[in-house]
Amino acid sequence: MDVLLFFVTAAVALVGAIAMLVSRNAVHSALFLLLNFGAMAVLYLLLQSPFLFTIQLTVYAGAIMVLFLFVVMLLGAEQVEDTPDRIAWQRPLGILLGVGLLGVAAAASLRGAAGQPAPGGEAAASFGNPAELGALLFTRYLLPFEITGVILLVAVVGVVVLNQRGRQQAPAKPPAGD
Amino acid sequence: MSWADILILVVQCFVITLAVTTGFAYLTLFERRVLARLQNRVGPNRAGPGGFLQPAADAVKLFFKEDIVPAMADKPVYLLAPAMAVIPALIIWAVIPFGCLNIANWDYRACFSASGEGLRNILQIADINVGVLYILAVTSIGVYGITLAGWASNNKYSMLGGIRSSAQLISYELALGCAVLSVVMTYGTLSTREIVYLQGWSNGGIWGIVPQLLGFVLFMIASTAEVVRAPFDLVEAEQELAGGYNTEYGSMKFALFFMAEYIKLIAVSAIAVTFFFGGWRFPGLETLGRGMTELAGPVVGSIVMGIVSLGSFLLKVVIFLFISVWVRASWPRLRYDRLMDLGWKWLLPLGLLNILYTAVVYVLVPSQRLAAFVLLGLGLITLAIAGSFSSAPRPVDNVTYVKEVVRSSTGREERDHELRESAKGI
Repeated sequence: MDVLLFFVTAAVALVGAIAMLVSRNAVHSALFLLLNFGAMAVLYLLLQSPFLFTIQLTVYAGAIMVLFLFVVMLLGAEQVEDTPDRIAWQRPLGILLGVGLLGVAAAASLRGAAGQPAPGGEAAASFGNPAELGALLFTRYLLPFEITGVILLVAVVGVVVLNQRGRQQAPAKPPAGD
Repeated sequence: MSWADILILVVQCFVITLAVTTGFAYLTLFERRVLARLQNRVGPNRAGPGGFLQPAADAVKLFFKEDIVPAMADKPVYLLAPAMAVIPALIIWAVIPFGCLNIANWDYRACFSASGEGLRNILQIADINVGVLYILAVTSIGVYGITLAGWASNNKYSMLGGIRSSAQLISYELALGCAVLSVVMTYGTLSTREIVYLQGWSNGGIWGIVPQLLGFVLFMIASTAEVVRAPFDLVEAEQELAGGYNTEYGSMKFALFFMAEYIKLIAVSAIAVTFFFGGWRFPGLETLGRGMTELAGPVVGSIVMGIVSLGSFLLKVVIFLFISVWVRASWPRLRYDRLMDLGWKWLLPLGLLNILYTAVVYVLVPSQRLAAFVLLGLGLITLAIAGSFSSAPRPVDNVTYVKEVVRSSTGREERDHELRESAKGI
């Protein structure tokens, strides 16, 4: 039963991911990515981790994808334009990094197949329990947790700074009728 | 899990879906009748006694309307959108406890135990340890239906409605999350069953409205915005958007949007009852269960407990729904910039302040009940201060006056003459 569920969900996730890439319409792409996120959430549920399931739905499906859709709709940028890449080394670098990621994933799955415990395995036992997961995050893994928080804060500050600079450089328009 | 368990689960899901949809149908009647009374009208009272069959008539009418797909619409997304609106509204009910009817060994006392051991409550579908997060997750995906409907219709008014909805829901989700987070901090659990349990007076608790008065106010405002209901219904502002995101929808597809909106309203009322008004509990319920068990045996005792707790829950929900209709009848729709102002500059800071209060007070004050009243005081003071700031900008006077209006009672002709003169000048 579990195996069957896993294969169905994994297939849905893969189909969603591939369809996201080949779809010509940005909104359709966003929806396929949403399907992929949903399938991932179900995979977390199959791994007995309802906490990650809800977080996946809230953060990725509920917040990030909504923002994507919002921006796509606001800009009216549904149709993909075939423009050449502006940065010449972008594509080779992307391929290189993709191969690297594939290598890491393969190493991880080989490691798992060899029966070695996963790094950070102490969290695996408490995945089902949000209280224990929280305790681990705020004691043992406090430093990585804080660093992640700081990185996100830097991103937020960066967005504000970039936005402000863009405004100052823009020619002084008369204030829109208010 | 045996086949019997799965069968029970399927029956539960069916019953709750049907009950919620029926609830939606009669909520529309309830709303129309109450709104009519509030506006000194009669309301729909022709179909059946007191208008009782009106929802059925509406449903039949909607079924027989022409079902069209606009030629320029994005057809798959257009058809998907109503489903994506209804499904979150329905699945959110899975974790809400409507009452407590223990069918494992028919022991009512399991309803009042902290661990919930030996409890097989058929009035709650799933008691999961992340129930509150589940509610937040499902409300956060509820935005897709409206947004996609707006986009897929290929109509500028629908599009505006869709964009408004995503902006509004993103803004108010933060305030909603803050309010819910402070509730979770108060009880120290994410399970809805435990939240209801911890609000019992006999367990040293108190209804959530006392420690979280501020949280309750924030929750009510943010959840009203989250279900895009008046006065936050800019998404379907008829005057500006020719209907809003559902302009291009007709027949049952329109009815599904309508249904999703009302079911979400019932759901947030039920969640407010669960978080702030003791869920299905009321004082004396445990005594009643004990008395009925002694009088007529455990089976009857449990069933009476189940029915009475369900009734108490429904009564509380109906009171909330009435308040919601009352609000709709009382407040005009907010302007868009004021909506964003309220969400970001008022609700979010107040929500963060409330989290701060909750954290500090529960650490400093040892007694739970004393802490609850300290928080009540803090919440009242904060609300009073926040309310005393009038952030409403003064109305901008855009009218160009022709000339000074003569204010004498006899100067009417003179004023008319002046106006005529100035009109010539223009």
